[in-house]
Amino acid sequence: MKDLMIRPERCMGCRSCETACAIAHSESKSLFLAIGEKPAPKKRINLEPVPDLGVSLPITCRHCKDAPCVSVCPTKAIYQDENASMISYDPNLCVDCWTCSTVCSRFTPLYHMILVMGCWTSSMNHNRKVISRQAEAGIKCDLCEGRDMPACVEACPTHALVFAEVNEV
Amino acid sequence: MKTEIDEKSIDLASQKILQKAEEEGIETAWDRYEKQLPQCSFGQLGVCCRNCNMGPCRIDPFGEGAQKGICGATADIIVARNFLRMIAAGAAAHSDHARDAVLTFKKMSEGEAGSYRIKDEAKLLSLASEYGIPSDGKSLEEIAANLADVLLQEFGKQDGHLQCTKRVPKSRLKLWAELGIEPRGIDREIVECMHRTHIGVDNDAVHILLQGLRTGISDGWGGSMIATDVQDILFGTPQPRKSTVNLGVLSRDKVNVIVHGHEPILSEMIVEAAEDPELLKLAEEKGAAGINVIGICCTGNETLMRHGIPIAGNFLQQELAVITGAVEAMVVDVQCIMPSLGELTGCYHTKFISTSPKADFPNTVRMEFHEDRAYETAKEIVRTAVENFPNRIPEKVTIPEEKQECMAGFSAEAILNALGGSPDPLIEAITGGAVRGIGAVVGCNNVKIKHNYGHVNLVKELIKNNVLVVTTGCNAIACAEAGLLLPEASEMAGDGLKAVCKALGIPPVLHMGSCVDISRILVLASAIANRLGVDISDLPAAGAAPEWMSEKAVSIGAYVVSSGVFTVLGTIPAVLGSQAVTSLLTGGLNDVVRASFAVEPDPLKAADLMLEHIDEKRKALGLN
Ligand code: SF4
Ligand code: SF4
Ligand code: SF4
Ligand code: SF4
Repeated sequence: MKDLMIRPERCMGCRSCETACAIAHSESKSLFLAIGEKPAPKKRINLEPVPDLGVSLPITCRHCKDAPCVSVCPTKAIYQDENASMISYDPNLCVDCWTCSTVCSRFTPLYHMILVMGCWTSSMNHNRKVISRQAEAGIKCDLCEGRDMPACVEACPTHALVFAEVNEV
Repeated sequence: MKTEIDEKSIDLASQKILQKAEEEGIETAWDRYEKQLPQCSFGQLGVCCRNCNMGPCRIDPFGEGAQKGICGATADIIVARNFLRMIAAGAAAHSDHARDAVLTFKKMSEGEAGSYRIKDEAKLLSLASEYGIPSDGKSLEEIAANLADVLLQEFGKQDGHLQCTKRVPKSRLKLWAELGIEPRGIDREIVECMHRTHIGVDNDAVHILLQGLRTGISDGWGGSMIATDVQDILFGTPQPRKSTVNLGVLSRDKVNVIVHGHEPILSEMIVEAAEDPELLKLAEEKGAAGINVIGICCTGNETLMRHGIPIAGNFLQQELAVITGAVEAMVVDVQCIMPSLGELTGCYHTKFISTSPKADFPNTVRMEFHEDRAYETAKEIVRTAVENFPNRIPEKVTIPEEKQECMAGFSAEAILNALGGSPDPLIEAITGGAVRGIGAVVGCNNVKIKHNYGHVNLVKELIKNNVLVVTTGCNAIACAEAGLLLPEASEMAGDGLKAVCKALGIPPVLHMGSCVDISRILVLASAIANRLGVDISDLPAAGAAPEWMSEKAVSIGAYVVSSGVFTVLGTIPAVLGSQAVTSLLTGGLNDVVRASFAVEPDPLKAADLMLEHIDEKRKALGLN
């Protein structure tokens, strides 16, 4: 199955993926018209800086149906709301074990390396915020249903985002 | 995503060469455009700022992320500043071209540019008197020297306002004075743009845009107009003449020398050198049947207007000309020259010769051009081309047969001549209704619009509706390729315009020159407005740039609108990230300078907008 893969080492922080995502989820599907739409179209991908490393990560949560992060979370800090099938996060239960991040199928090994290198707290902090932000708004990455190629992948000038068979990257 | 060839250009010759490029695996601007897609949204909206090293900053157009730059600049401020910088760059390009023309003129008057002469005495004398230079008892050279000095002062002037603006109808000049946008020194306006856009200086969008208008005016009624005037004195004021255009003008058996860029200073000499018996003899020895000088872009327009030199194409055809494999030398000066030509000419035998002290490109043979050795340098260049002829690789040569006759050379003077010395016949045709109005259609090509599609369709629609079209730049070349620059093209015009064209023996689309020559259009518009005793903004006239891309075009837009002409743009300028700037440019300006912009990529709809505007103005003048 093809999935959106993230190669953070290539990200330049331009945020093109964010705007492309918002446009893809607008009424008009056109940049110039979308900027005037009310309500404003929402993006499902977020560029999150990792200050410790001086890099930024494009983070997008698909709120996967049988989400691996949910199944591995030992404390059920990450849990799935059955109806909306959104992943939510309860910081009070989280013990910062990072298991969820390492099983997420969307990040390439470098991301795992970053995690091991000790920037866990800050990066997870952000990842966590993204997940809850998207859950709150009730929006999730739908891999751009109806498009051949996800908009963020198409927009990324450095191919930090790729759409590929999961085991190919 | 691969665009089909017939989606890239409407022009058959271009399509054929694009096909050849594809077969040979040669990359063109269209391929590179595809690799850029999708283009950065922040850039397209104009909401990124790199004006200081705390940045770059960008504003989230969807309101979730940052709404201010680090210094606090909002989208309105950033968009306005970026727009002002584009105007400054465009005005700088035109005006620096003008400065070089004046410097050549000055050297000529001092006897230090031996190859140049005064070709239009009448224009010299009338310009001198306009600038208050007494001519009694003086030689032409003395007058020229005095005029050159005064013109040079226009660039660095510290007191008062630009002299050329006196050509504007009084009402307009008064309006500019009231708004405080009468231009001062040409260089000063450009410098002030850069100053104002430095971090922490001018941070009010309206205030910033007013400086944009002033800078634009200093280009249109200053730099560009001076360039046109001085070039006319040095090289002759254009008169209608016939020639041919499109890639088919490349010769199978002659040495093809292409002059590309913007300044006629060098190309004038190349045209002469190509007739030098010594070089013609050399060409014969090298097995060529002669020397064929051809133009591209505005250098091409200049030599077409003055000598009937054929044109191989407009902006997007520069690479295609090389891909024919039949070009011995691509000689360039400044502006709109693709750096890709360096790699491209390396795929063929073509010599890529750069001549301007201020412009260089990868992979060029540099033959720097200086006035004192003008003719010698031109000869060396042509000689290099001739000597390169035997290197042509016959299997790589494909010259499309498409070429088209055209008539060009309608300077304001030539138009008035054609009308019998005064604008009255044209005014009568307009007031009588045979001619509904005047459309000024100008500007570049842009890969975002199918090559020449915007130009040709817009112009055709206008003439069909009895609008007389005046054109310059790449639009003029597009019209020429489509056969619109011939008296016979009046068959495509509405009945009223057709009759007028037939009576005067003119085409329905008048080629008025290169991009700096939009100043000619301003002069013509002023003449008509003055004759009618109205302002330019009262005329049933509208402008359009259907395929614009360069910063010069932004400056042109600024001065055309400041002069009172409603203007439709075919590609979207990077301003939509600010509601305030967008609505000012497309509406609010009406209350300021009584004209504004519109954006409409569909040429037929753009023509409708222009017609609507023209009809409104007719009504206001009591015409029907
Ligand atoms: S973070 Fe968890 S829920 Fe989100 S995509 Fe990865 S595994 Fe799925
Ligand atoms: S795949 Fe589509 S919905 Fe998901 S983040 Fe990318 S652009 Fe947004
Ligand atoms: S578009 Fe690509 S490079 Fe730019 S922020 Fe997104 S992931 Fe990073
Ligand atoms: S001038 Fe302001 S908006 Fe521009 S880069 Fe500097 S801080 Fe950012």
